[in-house]
Amino acid sequence: MVGFPLLSLTIFLPLIGALFVLAVRGDDEEIARNARFGALWTSLATFALSLLVWTRFDASSAEFQFVERIEWLPAFRIAYVLGVDGISMPFVLLITLLTPICVLASWTAITVRVKEYMIAFLILETLMLGAFCALDFVLFYIFFEGVLIPMFLIIGIWGGPRRVYSAYKFFFYTLAGSVLLLVALLVLYDETGTTSVIELASHPVSLSLQRWLWLAFFASFAVKLPMWPVHTWLPDAHVEAPTAGSVILAGVLLKLGGYGFLRFSLPILPAASAEFAPLIFALSVIAIIYTSLVALVQEDMKKLIAYSSVAHMGFVTIGIFSGSQQGVQGAVFQMLAHGIVSAALFLCVGVLYDRMHSRSIATYGGLVKRMPNYAVVLMVFSMAAVGLPGTAGFVGEFLVLVGAFQANTWVAALAASGVVLGAAYMLWLYWRVIFGQMTKRTLAAITDLDAREAAVFAPLVLLTLWMGIYPRTFLHVSEVAVAQMLQRLAPLKAALLTGL
Amino acid sequence: MPIADQLPLLWPELILGLGAMGLLLLGVFNGEGSARNVTLGAVATLLAALAVVVFAPPKTAQAFGGMFVTNDFVLFAKALVLAGSAATLVLALRFNAAEAIERFEFPILFLLSTLGMLLMISAGDLIALYLGLELSSLALYVLAAYRRDSARSAEAGLKYFVLGALASGLLVYGASLLYGISGTTSFAGVGRAINAAPGSLGALVGLVFLAAGFAFKLSLVPFHMWTPDVYEGAPTPVTAFFAIAPKIAALTLLTRVLQGPLFGLIDIWQQLFGVLALASMAFGAFAAIAQSNIKRLMAYSSIGHMGYALVGVAAGGASGVQGVLLYLTIYLVMNLGTFACILAMRRDGRMVEEISDLAGLNRTHPGLAMALAIFMFSLAGLPPLAGFFGKLYVFLAAVEAGFVGLAIAGLLSSVVAAYYYMRVVKVMYFDEPADAFDRPFGRVTTSILGATAVATVFFFLVLSPVLDSALRAAKSLFAA
Repeated sequence: MVGFPLLSLTIFLPLIGALFVLAVRGDDEEIARNARFGALWTSLATFALSLLVWTRFDASSAEFQFVERIEWLPAFRIAYVLGVDGISMPFVLLITLLTPICVLASWTAITVRVKEYMIAFLILETLMLGAFCALDFVLFYIFFEGVLIPMFLIIGIWGGPRRVYSAYKFFFYTLAGSVLLLVALLVLYDETGTTSVIELASHPVSLSLQRWLWLAFFASFAVKLPMWPVHTWLPDAHVEAPTAGSVILAGVLLKLGGYGFLRFSLPILPAASAEFAPLIFALSVIAIIYTSLVALVQEDMKKLIAYSSVAHMGFVTIGIFSGSQQGVQGAVFQMLAHGIVSAALFLCVGVLYDRMHSRSIATYGGLVKRMPNYAVVLMVFSMAAVGLPGTAGFVGEFLVLVGAFQANTWVAALAASGVVLGAAYMLWLYWRVIFGQMTKRTLAAITDLDAREAAVFAPLVLLTLWMGIYPRTFLHVSEVAVAQMLQRLAPLKAALLTGL
Repeated sequence: MPIADQLPLLWPELILGLGAMGLLLLGVFNGEGSARNVTLGAVATLLAALAVVVFAPPKTAQAFGGMFVTNDFVLFAKALVLAGSAATLVLALRFNAAEAIERFEFPILFLLSTLGMLLMISAGDLIALYLGLELSSLALYVLAAYRRDSARSAEAGLKYFVLGALASGLLVYGASLLYGISGTTSFAGVGRAINAAPGSLGALVGLVFLAAGFAFKLSLVPFHMWTPDVYEGAPTPVTAFFAIAPKIAALTLLTRVLQGPLFGLIDIWQQLFGVLALASMAFGAFAAIAQSNIKRLMAYSSIGHMGYALVGVAAGGASGVQGVLLYLTIYLVMNLGTFACILAMRRDGRMVEEISDLAGLNRTHPGLAMALAIFMFSLAGLPPLAGFFGKLYVFLAAVEAGFVGLAIAGLLSSVVAAYYYMRVVKVMYFDEPADAFDRPFGRVTTSILGATAVATVFFFLVLSPVLDSALRAAKSLFAA
């Protein structure tokens, strides 16, 4: 499979761009301008490359495609292996789409240390892409954990007043989970002698060991996702992070947790995954109901959306561990939809914050009078977050619930109640911000979306509707890969559960 | 075998010894003004010895009736020690000039101490071990107190001397017990005696006292008390030297002793050093949190890092030894870079050492801040930086040896340790700027800083060859 290293190029192009931005010299004004354009063009070029990958991607095959392999540590059988399948392909596109949007969204919002900011985002893009394309567990871990460095700096340098606390909290929650993953990885390597994702999936591991390994994986991925009760870093990180930081955090980083469950927990530890599914269901249902209730009483818009993210991720975990085609595909779709919708919602908050420097819901009201276009955009995304049919949010939740009904009726029924709660907090938020009388004098001069902001939102609105009206484009990509994974798991799971 | 045939094995030691004597004469004849030239000469001597070590054909051989041993492992360790010594001596050049404490004895002491370390690493006999250790230690005591008009430096030297002498006494006592049970001081003879009677109480007590002596040199908990004070009090380039060369020498010697004569007691020393590793990792992590002086911080950091390296020692086997060598290589690079950064912390012609002095460094000196941040992330063990791979391989060895609990505890303590490394990053990047440091930092400091930072970031590119040579070195230890 030696060919043009298209995936490597896609992954490392942002890094090369970062090096160019690093080399930018001149006075402050000049540096800032060149850094912005450098980052924008690099991320757009990366997006173009990933589109090229997508057009050449064969969705009818469950195999990994564009596989690249370079022997890295032959003595340890650890290699630099990349590849995408139907599960990781959409996430690659999500990352490459969101990064230029983040760069655009930070165009005027970030005024200090612009060069470092853009470098951090480009490095972050490389690390995220690497994590989703890595087919070696060690390689995955390196990218997965490396994400912490730029994200810590982004929250800590360009964040709000409590940025230091939030940056630390984010960093240490994730790090503590990750080191357990590292131990599990070492034990697994000691047991099987390989770190290749493909080989590991076909290597039987005894049930007792699976249980421990599964819990270690869980510690890492559950924090990243995040699941209740280890979700508390997320609202803090979101509130303090700059807008684009929240976008990447909600849009991509959370998905690393779900992707980890899908790529590692499920195929490598099938029996333990089946055994612990009730635990996941319980935690997910709690997450959906509890965090929805918490979201209802939030006064900070970013915090509200952050809590709603935890609830939405609850659907993802239910879907993944339902073990049915609809459930798993629904989970993948839900992650993509949430990646677009919550990212867009954070951008919407960013638009208001740039104008009024407040995220408090009470600051606003009656915006529809001054910002009609903004009201429409926010409505699309609010509806998508609620799960209105015809928007991206509906398809994922619906499929997950269908899958959940097959696994456990109670779980499905309780999770479905979360949809109602979701409607409550989102619609109430929309009502308080957009409708009502515009009584506040400070809002009198507020302006509607400008051209740059419209350019940011246009692709997201389009995608949200596309995913809602014709989801097949996206479901089709993951269909075969998911089917094959479940098919391979079924006998393994059954044999291990009955035989041991 | 005639002596003339054995001497070529000792080329690095001969170069250092003769170089030290020659430079001493030069210094005495030319007086204080020659300090700079003597230092440059000493650096050249170290580099010459390094070249001999690196380019010498590796072979396993003995000299002087087994007193002196050489093999791939020994050469690997010597290369690290020589590189560390040469680099710290170069860093000292500018520091001593700026602090007006240039004296020609300084580089001579460096050379003698390094010579002692090389002899330690090559020791094939308990007597040779002790002589090498004392030669290096005596020079280090003087170096710690080198800044004689500073009370802190004198205190550091005295403290180090008194505690060091005690530790040497423990070590010699342990060695004497081993001599008592075996009737010989040669490693091979001791090994035979222990294998013949593995349960002997004398061997056990000897091992424990020997371990205590080594633990002091390596500043392992609970023999670490001297470390923060000495690190803080000693002149900064000497602190850098303390943090690097003697640690590498003592740890590699310990590895050789444990895998050689004391191999028969592996069940016991695995437990012993497993506990020492655990205590050092945990203590290094928790105690450093409250530090405000960056040199003290680095003292606790090195306590913790010796704990991590010791995990590889406790794991035993070729993969454990390989992990130790890899860890020490990375440790050398990271510490060298960090101390180069610390040496750049000068304001109005004086050293500043508080972490708060780094506030807002990202605004005032972006390059320095980026380099120090890279070292901090690497010391914390975050991928893809070098420090991660060091941890990966020692913990892999631990897991392979069945010490999963030790691996979990070690990695969790690395999370705690990450807290204080991140604090340095936080101060540099998140806080409001303090006054700028003096410029320029000097060409030598800047180039060492740049080289180590690049090496830390791109270490993964050379990981495979480094692992290969570490594995070759580790295997040579088991072949003998």
